[in-house]
Amino acid sequence: MSRVIVVGNGMVGYKFCEKLRSRSKEHEIIVYGEEPRPAYDRVHLSSYFSGSTAEDLLMAPVSWYVENNVELFTSELVIEVNRENKTVKTHTGKVDHYDYLVLATGSSAFVPTVEGVERHGVFVYRTIEDLNQIIDYGKKVKKAAVLGGGLLGLEAAKALLDLGLETHVIEFAPRLMPRQIDDTGSAVLAHKLSQLGITIHLNKNTKKIAGNGKLEGLEFTDGSSLAIEMLVISAGIRPRDELAKANSLKVNPRGGVMVDDHLRTSDESIFAIGEVAVHNNMVYGLVAPGYEMADIVARQIIGEPSKLFTGFDMSTKLKLIGVDVASFGDPFGEITPSIPIAFQDKRNGVYKRINISEDGKHLLGGILIGDASQYNIFHQMVVNKMPLPAQPESLIIGSPGKNEPEGAGVKSLPDTAQICSCENITKGDLVSQITEHGATTVDDLKKKTKACTGCGGCTPMVNDILKITLESLGHKVKKTLCEHFEYSRQELYDIIKVKGIKSYDVLLNSVGRGDGCEICKPAVASLLSSIWNELIAEQDTIQDTNDRYLANIQRGGTYSVVPRIAGGEITPGKLMAIGRIAQKYGLYTKITGGQRIDMFGARVDQLPEIWEELIAEGFESGHAYGKALRTIKSCVGSTWCRYGVQDSVSFAIFIEDRYKGLRAPHKLKGAVSGCIRECAEAQSKDFGIIATEKGWNLYVGGNGGARPQHAKLLVNDVDTETCVKLIDRFLMFYIKTADPLTRTATWLNKLEGGLDYLRDVIVNDSLGIGEELEMEMKELIANYHCEWKKVVENPELRERYKHFINDDEPDTTLAFVEMRDQKIPIDWHKK
Amino acid sequence: MNYELPMINSNNETPQMDLTNNISKDTDVKIWFKAARVEAFPENGGACVRYKDLQIAVFNFTRRNEWYACQNMCPHKMQMVLSRGMIGSHQGEPKIACPFHKRTFSLKTGECLNTDECAITVYPVRIENGYVHIGLTA
Ligand SMILES: Cc1cc2nc3c(=O)[nH]c(=O)nc-3n(C[C@H](O)[C@H](O)[C@H](O)COP(=O)(O)OP(=O)(O)OC[C@H]3O[C@@H](n4cnc5c(N)ncnc54)[C@H](O)[C@@H]3O)c2cc1C
Ligand code: SF4
Ligand code: SF4
Ligand code: FES
Repeated sequence: MSRVIVVGNGMVGYKFCEKLRSRSKEHEIIVYGEEPRPAYDRVHLSSYFSGSTAEDLLMAPVSWYVENNVELFTSELVIEVNRENKTVKTHTGKVDHYDYLVLATGSSAFVPTVEGVERHGVFVYRTIEDLNQIIDYGKKVKKAAVLGGGLLGLEAAKALLDLGLETHVIEFAPRLMPRQIDDTGSAVLAHKLSQLGITIHLNKNTKKIAGNGKLEGLEFTDGSSLAIEMLVISAGIRPRDELAKANSLKVNPRGGVMVDDHLRTSDESIFAIGEVAVHNNMVYGLVAPGYEMADIVARQIIGEPSKLFTGFDMSTKLKLIGVDVASFGDPFGEITPSIPIAFQDKRNGVYKRINISEDGKHLLGGILIGDASQYNIFHQMVVNKMPLPAQPESLIIGSPGKNEPEGAGVKSLPDTAQICSCENITKGDLVSQITEHGATTVDDLKKKTKACTGCGGCTPMVNDILKITLESLGHKVKKTLCEHFEYSRQELYDIIKVKGIKSYDVLLNSVGRGDGCEICKPAVASLLSSIWNELIAEQDTIQDTNDRYLANIQRGGTYSVVPRIAGGEITPGKLMAIGRIAQKYGLYTKITGGQRIDMFGARVDQLPEIWEELIAEGFESGHAYGKALRTIKSCVGSTWCRYGVQDSVSFAIFIEDRYKGLRAPHKLKGAVSGCIRECAEAQSKDFGIIATEKGWNLYVGGNGGARPQHAKLLVNDVDTETCVKLIDRFLMFYIKTADPLTRTATWLNKLEGGLDYLRDVIVNDSLGIGEELEMEMKELIANYHCEWKKVVENPELRERYKHFINDDEPDTTLAFVEMRDQKIPIDWHKK
Repeated sequence: MNYELPMINSNNETPQMDLTNNISKDTDVKIWFKAARVEAFPENGGACVRYKDLQIAVFNFTRRNEWYACQNMCPHKMQMVLSRGMIGSHQGEPKIACPFHKRTFSLKTGECLNTDECAITVYPVRIENGYVHIGLTA
């Protein structure tokens, strides 16, 4: 059987091994990779900054190569190819014979010849080693810049920003991402980026990287300069064609190994794939085309007829930067005559442009900035030449999808539409898995087709296809909780209430099946407490670990303790009590974002003792561990502040005491500000109250977190009593109807009819359920108890707070290090 | 207290698990470690027991009248927490979900059910005279 040598173990080289091995067990596969580790996911390289480890990024663990009989040599550079003898030679002197040679050497970062590029502090952004160096160097400096405002450059800039550096982006062209977006798009993007804290410099030609050994600044041809201490160069890529060049394979004058439609180089037995290949004068700097090339070559080597490589769509969506950016098809409408339609909303930083064919029938391409939620569907419309609606402008004007049923977009796609470009899965492939092979969940589809397992960008579409296909099969698609309950959360709410069910086991026995799981247990636990508000410790094993131990689990496996400090108001005496207790148990203390104090590092066996001491000082549980009401933040308001028009602290304390312990589909936060200056940031909360001269304005559905959203004004100038009544109704309505783990913001976004409908129900009582909601809330409030107190007072419950049940010793593997005079757990992994 | 001495306690070394094969069959068992009384374990839930320096998570599937045991350490971030996770089933297969990031592992094979995370070691469990015994291979 023939022997295949792959040079380069990058994303594409790895994919090739996977594809070849899945088709043939016989071929010998030998891989030489220059990097010290097996192939990793370069596309998600930046997630290395946000906590992914090098292992997390691996395409496959070392064991994969062993199990699949792929012989991998890492840290081994191929330096020579002898085409006559069909051998390669590595830098260690090893010589190896091949029948087929696959060049997957990728590319390196292009470093322009500017005076001073060799200085300390100048980096590129391509490998894990590069990132390690950037992280290390970044600790020593404050100001950094990225040379190049393209796709990768902006990603690198975000990474620098996340490292806490003052970040600049230098671009030679008059706009950002010059190859993907137009001037208006660039302006909108630049504005958004500057809001994030990235300074953009356009039209700058760097003349010199100044400094004395180490980098001190940049000098530009227009005479201006910029003082920085670190530079990341992201000025494009340079295919690594040095092997090919040395062996007189045909290379492109601008770099890259020339290949034909079979991905063959000028030597019959040598293929080139991925970023090193030049097809039709194009280098494809994306993974999807690389994977397609890998597939085509694998098929040819085993002698299977294969389609030809005929080019690839270069549509892209920028990830990670905090601003949506997408460009698809022909973004500038220059390839064929077209008519652009554009929409710009300066207030929200949204720009959308579509280019339609002159006859108005087809979408040719476009640009989306600020809101790229339609990217997938537009991209599909271009690739599949789908007919446009009569008023194409309706595509980009008005909020997308509002008036359409969920998933309607994918219905019109042809079966040949490629949905997952990483794995080349078409709509037809997915549909046949559902109609013929019984797939009923996204998980099934992932397992059977590998869709969604690459960049993950196609997951929403796969979801939609699943949904509409199941529907077309006559399955009633319900939002079922999980495999154990064929009901939605709202249906379970009614079942529990009507049947008077009080425990998980009874519910599972009567309407569920199997043993439950980590999805339905906490969801049902939350429902039970939202309906009955009984002690959760009675059913501890169905609670998430935080609720099971009434504290928040933290790195290392210890817990943190947060007593309630309503409205953020605390007496000096109580402050001292917290200090004393924290000191006694050696806890790390920190002020939280919700105006209270978090004490970290308590062992599970210490929790009841700590609570006991806190309770003795007049504290109670803060429910920081629960999907429950957390805090009502407040500003000092009219009691101290010279602008205040109402007593915001008193109102915040009243509200927090009213709803404390209230369990909901997700955590709940509120705030009260004493005037329109809004110092308590009430508009970022699930419900926020802002004082006016005449009373209170009530806002609902705000959110901080990963996707911040401003709360919306529900009513204005209401008196205190009305305000409380409306909050009662709002919270209860949310608790009864939201899906599990859905914050009020998402719930409201999905609520049919939106804010107007909500106002109708809550304020105008259009459903006539207002009083019922108030009554239900009243019962919950009446059932409030401090969960810590219940445990402290109950020896049997207390007994459960131990690490080992056969030994009174605490966990001996816990380990801490000191930082700024307090303890913190040692790093993940370092045990 | 529920503390019981191990039944066989001849050598004082930490047992070495055979990690190449993470499922030890009853026949490979060299020691049946008497861990604690049945009542010490929560119903439909888990607890951690200690055997010398080894931490073992033991799960009481009261509904199915079955017991399972596995290493207490979650291989994802090397945290000693699996015993505090939620038990459940995936198409009938008993499983445990790590409380940290909800990786789930089969309690029959130790295999990770939702990502490529490496497998965990599982141990056979036997109930005798009201005591939970865990089968160790060394
Ligand atoms: C930060 C970043 C973000 C990105 N984001 C995206 C994105 O969002 N979407 C997208 O589609 N693409 C993205 N890309 C591009 C994508 O990563 C590349 O297209 C892809 O990695 C190309 O794969 P490859 O195997 O051809 O090359 P590489 O992954 O570069 O692998 C080539 C390997 O060959 C080795 N090698 C080279 N010469 C030799 C030799 N002589 N002997 C032995 N080994 C050798 C190299 O060391 C390297 O390990 C991104 C790239 C970066 C750097
Ligand atoms: S919101 Fe108004 S009342 Fe409250 S602190 Fe700010 S300025 Fe003062
Ligand atoms: S506290 Fe919140 S934001 Fe901070 S690291 Fe944890 S999850 Fe992330
Ligand atoms: S530590 Fe267990 S899943 Fe992350």
